[in-house]
Amino acid sequence: MEITFNHFLILSAILFGLGLYAMISRRNAILVLMGIELILNSANINLIAFSKFGALGVDGQMISIFVIILAVAEAAIALAIILNLYNNILTVNIDEANTMKD
Amino acid sequence: MLIVVNTISSLVHLFSVKYMEGDAKYSRYYAHLGLFTFSMIGLVLTNNILLMYVFWELVGISSYLLIGFWYENKAPQEAAKKAFIVNRVGDVGFFLGIMIIFLTLGTFNFSEIFAGVAAGKLSGGLLTVTGILLFCGAIGKSAQFPLHVWLPDAMEGPTPVSALIHAATMVAAGVYLTARIFIMLSADALTVVVYIGLITSFISATIALTQNDIKRVLAYSTISQLGYMIMAIGIGAYSYGIFHLVTHAFFKACLFLTAGSVIYGMHHVQDINEMGGLRKKMPITFFTFLMATLAISGVPFTSGFLSKDSILAATLVFADVNGGINYIVPFFAFLTAGLTAFYMFRLLIKTFLGEPKNGEKFDHVHESPFSMTLPLIILAVMSFFAFFSFNPFGAESGWFLEMVKAPESLLVGTQGAIYHIIERAEYQELTHHFHYLAMILSLVIAGLGILVAYAFYYWKKVDVEKLTEKIYPLYKFSLNKWYFDELYDKTIISGTMMLSNISRWIDNNIVDGFVNGSAFITKMTSEGSGKFDNYFVDGLVNFVGGLVAFFGLIFRKFQTGRIQTYVAFLVFGIILLYFIFRVM
Repeated sequence: MEITFNHFLILSAILFGLGLYAMISRRNAILVLMGIELILNSANINLIAFSKFGALGVDGQMISIFVIILAVAEAAIALAIILNLYNNILTVNIDEANTMKD
Repeated sequence: MLIVVNTISSLVHLFSVKYMEGDAKYSRYYAHLGLFTFSMIGLVLTNNILLMYVFWELVGISSYLLIGFWYENKAPQEAAKKAFIVNRVGDVGFFLGIMIIFLTLGTFNFSEIFAGVAAGKLSGGLLTVTGILLFCGAIGKSAQFPLHVWLPDAMEGPTPVSALIHAATMVAAGVYLTARIFIMLSADALTVVVYIGLITSFISATIALTQNDIKRVLAYSTISQLGYMIMAIGIGAYSYGIFHLVTHAFFKACLFLTAGSVIYGMHHVQDINEMGGLRKKMPITFFTFLMATLAISGVPFTSGFLSKDSILAATLVFADVNGGINYIVPFFAFLTAGLTAFYMFRLLIKTFLGEPKNGEKFDHVHESPFSMTLPLIILAVMSFFAFFSFNPFGAESGWFLEMVKAPESLLVGTQGAIYHIIERAEYQELTHHFHYLAMILSLVIAGLGILVAYAFYYWKKVDVEKLTEKIYPLYKFSLNKWYFDELYDKTIISGTMMLSNISRWIDNNIVDGFVNGSAFITKMTSEGSGKFDNYFVDGLVNFVGGLVAFFGLIFRKFQTGRIQTYVAFLVFGIILLYFIFRVM
């Protein structure tokens, strides 16, 4: 079976859906972060697929590299925030990190 | 005038050192006295009628302060108030006069005013009115009829003050003013001046006959002599009037200070019925008093003789020139001279001669200390003729009249109703003419007055008690000062009271009614608008607030503060939008 443009898009959509689900339903901050990474990667797959089958040339791949670098930076900052959060309130459950609400 | 003010003022300061010693307000007394002296000197020196008015008022206020010096007692308070208010009546006239001058001539400077009058910019009836209005100030300040009532009451002040202010200097300010404006007074204004002076001098002389307070007698005699001066200036005997002012200032200050000395010696007794025989106890005081009394009575070889005689001669000239009704001027002038001699010797005899009436008091009488008698001696010596003229029977050749020449009136030759202004040279010529007649007449009359006084009070040839009973109404009339105080009380004061009562009623009922009415209306309106504000506007505002709160309550549910919820809403929202736009 030949892998077509649609397969990429479906894979990307599934990945996006899983990421979204993880982001919404998880209570652990690290798992939420993982969900976000999944969403970013689904976007990357989309970009590469358009790059391959569309008229964009290598532009889509360039952008996806930027996205990966961005994801790394984001993960570093987010993990630092979560570490500080844990140091302060001894949990990484984001439902309990509500001191700014009141 | 400056010499008079300074000399007498310094002597009075000296005299007061002892007289006021031990008073709690000693330093304040000197402060007031200094204020007075300053204002008086300013008044004399200024060449500007507005500035003169300012100093005039300053003199008035310092006089007020000094009369009311012992303000703990009722009488000085009342007297000070009376003096101030009565003076104010005259000052209103003075001020109006100044305003007329400024409106017509546009200047306050005396020389420019006179130049303006000479140029005819202010003339006719208006000039007469201006003159009379300015003279009103003099009437008030110099205690002339009908505003003379304040001066006797002013004797409530300390005696040295009476000597300085109410005998020698301040009351002379009115005479000084009249002299200053003399050359611009029209014939009719001068007529008023003459008759006011005459009436004053006669009325107060008759009142002085029966008074028993030593200072009151002197006060009335002061008014009488001031009337003389005013009259002298009015009839054109300008230099004689000023001359009399100066001589009078010295001997009247002397009289008052001796009176002060007597009161001091008697430990504050002022009733002459309580005195008598003081000659032996207070020799210096007696001789100085005698000297001054001789001077005021117009006995030869005194300064008073010189000045008074000249005035009397001038009245004869006046009557001769103008004729008719004006003959009453010399008649009353001579009569007053006789009365003056009489009441002054009555005072002298009752105070210093005869037997002591009050033995117990008499034993404690003592001569006053040197710092009090020194001014007395100086003033008494100044009452000698030699200080003013070396000829004891005529002042014409004396240095004083050589120096103080009457200025020529700006309105020479004009004719008033009963008054004709003649040239100065002509006037002097006529005065010489009448001089000897006047001298003899005045000598006879003064001698008569003194003799009668001796007959009544010293030799007791005539029983005074019986005489008073015989002419009791007249006596009573004089004793009560011609009922002037009562008259003013009944007419002016009660009139003012009635007027103020009426205005108070109007104020209470009508003005206040308006005010209360408008306040009521305002209150009603504000109550209405308050209701509107409370119910309608506030209702609207509350309604909007409630609406917002209601929606807030609903939307608050969505604001959980949890990112995940928001993301879920976001996803649902996008799906919703997708369907909406897809379907439609």
